[in-house]
Amino acid sequence: MESRRPANVDTVSDASQDQSKSQPWKELGLKEDEYESIKEILGRRPTSSELAMYSVMWSEHCSYKSSKIYLRQFGEKVTPEMKKDLMVGMGENAGVVDIGEGMAVTFKVESHNHPSYIEPFQGAATGVGGIVRDILTMGARPIAVMDQLRFGAPSDPDTARVVHGVVDGISFYGNCLGLPNIGGETVFDKVYQGNPLVNALAVGAMKHEDLKLAKATNAGDLVILFGARTGADGIGGVSVLASETFADGGPTKRPAVQVGDPFAEKVLIECCLELFNAGVVAGIQDLGGAGISCATSELASNGGMGMKVQLQDVLLRDDSLTPEEILMSESQERMMAIVPKKHLKEFEKIVQKWEVEYSVLGEVIDEDRLYINWGDQEIVNVPPRTVAHDGPVYTRPVEYPSYQEALNANSSKHLPRAEDATELATQLLQILSSPNQADKSWITAQYDKYVMGNTALAMPDDAGMVRVNEDSGLGITIATDANGKYCQLNPYEGTKQALAEAYRNVAVTGATPKAVTNCLNFGSPENPEVMWQFKEATAGLADGCMELGIPVTGGNVSFYNQTGDIAIYPTPVVGVLGVIDNVARRIPSGWQDDGNNIYLLGTTYDELDGSAWAETIHQHLGGQPPKVDLQKEKQLAELLQGAAVQGLIESAHDVSEGGLGVAVAESALRFNVGARIWLGELMDRDGVDQTAALFSESQARVIVTVGREDDVKFQGLCEARGVPVLRIGVTDKESNSIEIKDVASFELNEVREGWAKTLPELFG
Amino acid sequence: MKIGVITYPGTLDDRDAQRAVRLAGGTPVPLWHADSDIKKVDAVVLPGGFSYGDYLRCGAIAAKAPATQEVIKLAAQGLPVLGICNGFQVLVESHLLPGGLIRNEHQHFVCRDQKLRVENNETAWTSLFEENEEITIPLKNGEGGYIAHPDTIKMLEAENRVVFRYLDVNPNGSMNDIAGLTNERGNVVGLMPHPEHAVEPGFGPDTPIAMRSGTDGLKFFQSVLKVLVNS
Repeated sequence: MESRRPANVDTVSDASQDQSKSQPWKELGLKEDEYESIKEILGRRPTSSELAMYSVMWSEHCSYKSSKIYLRQFGEKVTPEMKKDLMVGMGENAGVVDIGEGMAVTFKVESHNHPSYIEPFQGAATGVGGIVRDILTMGARPIAVMDQLRFGAPSDPDTARVVHGVVDGISFYGNCLGLPNIGGETVFDKVYQGNPLVNALAVGAMKHEDLKLAKATNAGDLVILFGARTGADGIGGVSVLASETFADGGPTKRPAVQVGDPFAEKVLIECCLELFNAGVVAGIQDLGGAGISCATSELASNGGMGMKVQLQDVLLRDDSLTPEEILMSESQERMMAIVPKKHLKEFEKIVQKWEVEYSVLGEVIDEDRLYINWGDQEIVNVPPRTVAHDGPVYTRPVEYPSYQEALNANSSKHLPRAEDATELATQLLQILSSPNQADKSWITAQYDKYVMGNTALAMPDDAGMVRVNEDSGLGITIATDANGKYCQLNPYEGTKQALAEAYRNVAVTGATPKAVTNCLNFGSPENPEVMWQFKEATAGLADGCMELGIPVTGGNVSFYNQTGDIAIYPTPVVGVLGVIDNVARRIPSGWQDDGNNIYLLGTTYDELDGSAWAETIHQHLGGQPPKVDLQKEKQLAELLQGAAVQGLIESAHDVSEGGLGVAVAESALRFNVGARIWLGELMDRDGVDQTAALFSESQARVIVTVGREDDVKFQGLCEARGVPVLRIGVTDKESNSIEIKDVASFELNEVREGWAKTLPELFG
Repeated sequence: MKIGVITYPGTLDDRDAQRAVRLAGGTPVPLWHADSDIKKVDAVVLPGGFSYGDYLRCGAIAAKAPATQEVIKLAAQGLPVLGICNGFQVLVESHLLPGGLIRNEHQHFVCRDQKLRVENNETAWTSLFEENEEITIPLKNGEGGYIAHPDTIKMLEAENRVVFRYLDVNPNGSMNDIAGLTNERGNVVGLMPHPEHAVEPGFGPDTPIAMRSGTDGLKFFQSVLKVLVNS
C-alpha cells in the first residue's frame, strides 16, 4: 500500500527563517500573551508541532493554570505528622500512602465530564481507562474502581440518554478490566442537565519496594511507545473538549471523542506489571490527555533530562496523520516506557508474550532539550520543562456572587412542616422514593463487585472495602462524597462537609481514615463568581484536612462545567482512604440481628436548609448548609474504631442526606430486618420537632446497633469519649416493619417497593 | 491433586479460581493459553472473564487456543473440566457442551447473588451436593442467555444433563431457566454463575446468617477433589 505520510512539515529551520507566519494559536485555545511567551521561550515562533504541544499542555486541563495558586495550600496546610505515611504526595500521577505491613496504596479521582455529555458511552468508558493507567504507572496493581456521577433532572428526556450511555460505558470498560466496582455516588439535579459529571476513581496496591515514578533520569535509556496504535482519537480533545462550554445552538468544536478498548487495557495492565516485576523498565508514563506531547515532555522534565524522538517510528492506525496530530492524539491504551538498553531484549520478550505492539522512538539525553524529528526534519526543539511544568499561572479575578446573599437569606424556616403523623409518614416515603434517595441497584447491579475475590464491602454500604493482604486481612476503605447544593449555599462549609461525610463513611466501617483525594468540578474560571466558589472550596478542604490531620495526596480540577452562562453547583468530590488491619472486623451498615438496641450518636439540630426534605417536599434550595464540626467528627471516628476493636457494635450507618428517617430505612432494608423507633427522647433532649428529628441533616451523626450484652460497655465508652448517645429503638426481625412511634408503622415490603422501583421506572 | 486454571488474554477470574482450588484443599496450577502442555493436571478450570475481549463471539477465539485444544482431547478421555461464565462460553464454542450463550434478554450486564438448584449431583463437580440442593452464588455476565434447539433442550432435560437451574429470578432469559450443563459422561460441567466467588466467608454472597458469608461454591472444588481421590 502506498504511504500517505505527509511530507511537507513545518520545521524548526522554517520557524527560524519565517518569523512572520500567522499561526492558529487562538483556535488552539491559547491566549495572545501565552503565544507571545512561547515565542519568548524559544526565541522564535514555534513550529506547528511545537504550537500543538504547548497549546495542549498549557490548556486548563493539563496545566491547572487557574487553580494552581489555590492547590498549593494542600501542600502548605500540613504538619509533619500528617505527612508521615505519605510516600508520594501531590504532583505525581497519583499519591501513595503507606498502609503498613510493607504495603502501599495509591488512589486518585479524575473527571471525564465533557466527553461524557457528547458521547456518554465512550466518554465514561475511557474515563475509567485513564484513571486506571494513572494508578498503574506508580507500579501498583489496580484493585478497585468507583464512580461519582451527576446527571440532569430525571424528567428531562435527554437524561436517559446520558444515564444509559454512562452506566453502560462504565460497566463495559470496568467489568472487562476485571476491577471490582465498590461504590460511588449518583445524584440527579437539573444544574447538570447540559453538563453531567462523570468522575472515576481507581485505587491500586503495591509493596513499598515496587513504587515507581514516571521519569527519565539516565542518558542513553530508550524511549519506547507500546500498547495500542496511534489514531485520530480525540485530537485536541483534551484542550478543546475540556476547555470549551457547550453554547446553545451554533457550531461547536467537536473533535472525535476517544474510543476505548478494555481488552487492550487489561492486557496492558498485566504486561506493565510483568515489566515492572522483571525490573526491565526505569519508568512508565501513561498516555491520556495530550498523548505523546505530555508523555515525552513530562518524563524528561520529571527526570531533569532531555529526549530525542523520531516521530515517524510511532505505529499508526492511519498513516495520513500529520506530526501535529500524532503529537496530540489521545488514542487510548498506550504507554511510554523508559528502558535501559541492556534490558531491551527482556522488554521485547515480555511485550511479545502479551502480544502487545511496541516501537522504540528514541532515547534519553543529558541535555535540557526535547528534540522531535520527522524523518530527517527537526520539528520540535524545546526545553521540556517549559512544556510540561512551566505553563502559565493565573490569578483570576474573584468576586462574591451577586445572588449569594439572597440565596443564604432564603432559609427553609418558612417552609410549612407536616401537620400530622400521616403527612409526616407520606413525606418520608416520598423522600425515600425520590431519585436521589432511591435504591441505586439498577445502576450498581451492572457492575462486577466480586472479581478479585477481595471485596469486603461494596454498594449499598457506606464505603467500599477491599482486602489488600490475603494472609493478614489488611485492607483499605474508600468513600467519596460531595453535596453540590450545600456547596452552592456555602462552598467553604459545603466542601468541609464533603470531607466530613467521606471521613465518617470510612469510620463507620471500622477503618481509620488516612488520606484524601479530590476531584473539583466547577464552572468557568473566567467567571469571578465561580472563582470565588473555587477559592472558598479549596480553603475549606485544606483547612478541614489540617483539622482532621489527614493529607491531600493529589487530585484533579475540572473547570468549564456549565451550559451557556449557567454554571453547575460547585461539586468538589472528596475521597477519603482508610485502613483496617483486618477486614474481618468490618462493620456492616445494615441490621442483621433481632433485639439489638439502636443508638443515635451525635446531636440533632434543626438543619433543613439544602436538605433532601426541602428539595423533595418543597423544591426549595436556600439558607445555610448544616454546620460542620470536625472535632466532633474526629471524636466520633475514634469512638467507632474503639468500639469496632472491642467488637461492641453490630452495625453502623452514617446519617446524612434524608436524615434519620432515610438512615433507619436503609439500615432496615439492607437485610430486611425491621425495628421499633421512638423519637420522643431525641426531640426533648435536642429541642427539635418531629420533622427535624426525622429529616434534619445535622452532621457528625451515626446510628449504631449494639447487642444487649454489650450495652453497658458501649454506653460507658461513649460517655468516656464525650460523644452524645441516645437509645432510639430496637431491631425487630419478626415484625417485617419499621414502626416509628407517634408517626406510623411501615411495612418493609411496601417501603422497599417504593424505594426500589424509582430508577427502573425512569430508566429500565 | 493438581487442578489447572487456564489464563487467556482477557481472563479475569483466574486468580479467584486458583484461590478456590487452594481453599478446597487442592493445588492450583496456572496454565497459559498458548501452551499446549497442560502439565499433567488432574482437572482443569476454564475461568471467567472476557477472553480476547469477547470479540467475534464470547469464547470463540479462546476455543481455538492450544491449551483449549489439549483440554478438548483429554476431556474425551474423562478429564474433569469446569467452565465458569466465559469458561462455559468456551466449552460451548468448543462443542464440549451443546447450545449457545447470547446477550442477556434485558440487554444489561448483571451482577447479583443468584439462587440455583443443583439438579444433578452425579457429575465430577457436584458430587458433594444433595440432590436438588438450593445454593446461592454470585452471577455476573452480559451474555449469559442460554439457547439451544428445542430438540437439544428436550434431550438435555431427558438425560438429566441440566445440572443447575435458576431459582426465583431468571437473570438473563435462559431457556428452561438453565444455568449450567454437563456432558454425557458427567466430567465436563459449564455454568454461568461463579462458584469461585463463594468460597471464603466474608467475601461471598450475603446469607440470612451474616453479611457476605456464603460459601456454597466451595463444594464444586471439593467435589472434584473427592472424585479424583476415589478414582
